[in-house]
Amino acid sequence: MMSYTAWILLTASLVGACCGIIGTFLILRRMAMMADAISHTVLLGIVVAYLLTRELSGIHMLIGAIIAGLLTAMLVQWFHNKGVQQDASIGVVFTTLFAIGVILIAVQAGNAHLDVKHALMGEITFVPWNTVTLPLVGDIPQAVLMLCAVLVIILFVIIAFYKEWKLTSFDPALAASLGIPVAAMHYVFMSLVSVTTVASFDAVGAIMVVAMLITPAAAAYLWTDRLSVMLGLSVGFGVVSAIIGYYIALWLDTSISGSMAFATGLVFLISFLFSPKHGVVYSRLFHNRKPLLENNET
Amino acid sequence: MNMLLSPNTQWVLLSTLILGMAAGMIGCLAYWKRQSLMSDALSHAALPGVVIAFALYGSKNLLVMIVGAAVSALLGAFFISWIRSSSRIKEDTAMGMILSVFFGLGIMLLTIVNRTGGGNQSGLDGFIFGQAASMVRKDVYTMLILGLIVMVVVWIAFKEWKLFLFDADFAQGLGLSSRWMNGIYTFVLVLVIVIGIQAVGVILMSALLIIPSVSARYWSSSFKQMIILSALFGGAAGVIGTMVSAIGNGWPTGPFIVAASSCLFFTSMLFGSEKGLVVKAVQLRIQRKEAAKGWTQQTTAMKEVQP
Repeated sequence: MMSYTAWILLTASLVGACCGIIGTFLILRRMAMMADAISHTVLLGIVVAYLLTRELSGIHMLIGAIIAGLLTAMLVQWFHNKGVQQDASIGVVFTTLFAIGVILIAVQAGNAHLDVKHALMGEITFVPWNTVTLPLVGDIPQAVLMLCAVLVIILFVIIAFYKEWKLTSFDPALAASLGIPVAAMHYVFMSLVSVTTVASFDAVGAIMVVAMLITPAAAAYLWTDRLSVMLGLSVGFGVVSAIIGYYIALWLDTSISGSMAFATGLVFLISFLFSPKHGVVYSRLFHNRKPLLENNET
Repeated sequence: MNMLLSPNTQWVLLSTLILGMAAGMIGCLAYWKRQSLMSDALSHAALPGVVIAFALYGSKNLLVMIVGAAVSALLGAFFISWIRSSSRIKEDTAMGMILSVFFGLGIMLLTIVNRTGGGNQSGLDGFIFGQAASMVRKDVYTMLILGLIVMVVVWIAFKEWKLFLFDADFAQGLGLSSRWMNGIYTFVLVLVIVIGIQAVGVILMSALLIIPSVSARYWSSSFKQMIILSALFGGAAGVIGTMVSAIGNGWPTGPFIVAASSCLFFTSMLFGSEKGLVVKAVQLRIQRKEAAKGWTQQTTAMKEVQP
């Protein structure tokens, strides 16, 4: 039987791994703020799923979250097609859906199970208590089971279509001309983002999941130009910052999810300053300040 | 209905009205600078500053917290532009990182303050979702004055803003320093965000800036009219949302203001006179009819010419 701390560290590492993989593609597809949007709107999906079924079990939450995530992606795209700027349409959609979610929770007051703060901040300390019994394995926390399942799904989808993901991320026009269904893959990817978000909910909450998604991947982006290396580094950074975050939280006796988000920031800061390829210090030392081609000021 | 008539509620209504108007005006600038989501990043980035200011000052004083929030949001803005300009990371990634890391730091500090502090810090949680009803008279005065300052800054330099947003090169040619304009823009943006945090909360503050300006876009193409309309929509959403949230006990203000704003947005999107969907559909039908008429005339004419 694993100890309490071990379960927490395992949960946090699984979050780091799932988010690391998804985050890499988010950054390459320039959809970082879309992740922010989906992590907010997933709240609405969970609330509606709860109000309909009166249950807070894994599968209902997952389905609600996928629907909410896809709805967000579709609405953003639709408004954009109707002439709203891309980032303005993200802003309109996610704030509206999130506000509806919060209103639903507030109006259905006195609900011990559904707590906005819990959904936003996560409460990893409760994870080891909420267990399910599996044959052969014994008692394992529900969140760990869900995260493992999600990790398997993500790995399967990414590895099975690795070439397609690579192509659609780096050169969507070429991918489309080769007959790869770019739009369908976009929505599959959005579903993966929603699933990851909801699985990480218990552990780090809706907003901190953005930190786990974007920051380790951005740090990895500064170290390498190869997609496979970037994926590995991103997962590694995610796991490391989850564990560092946990110990910072223990040391200061504060919010674990907040500390994890903060730890991803530290990892990024180190990469930003000292990465040999793109770090600030290195560029200063060797006077190759800014490559001309990458200077895409608008 | 009685509650709405009490002087305290009227003050709160006045402050959300001014806040909505100021945010609507600045939102237009952000819309045309194509930086709508920047406001989201900056409002999240303000949280650690609010908490630190509270911890240092020892009690809840709105002005001190606004200063703290402004410092922390400006630091966030600085980091975003630094990361963007000196590495290959794109702006949206930088915004997402600053948003979530600063928010995480804010939650860390908030937990520590809530654990160690006395009893009077309970209002701090209200900064996440906004609790306009908890404002006292002094807070309202602070908000009113700062909101009016923001509106005046937009109004007196209206011509300069227009040049700066739509033809930056020409503006520079006229001697308008874009560095200064950018500085003032960031300053008023941060100012609006920090005065809004108390009423709407850090998570939904960006909606106040984004939604009214997008709605106004459906009614007019003129920048001046768009700013006026956006201010009206923002103010209306502020008042309606506050009134609705006053009905329930302990309902947060922010989400209701955002919901009111979204209703105005959907109305504008459907019935807006400039680009509204209904208007567009009607225009399309008229055009189709005319085109069809034109075609039949042409073909009959051609048939007559042909022997």
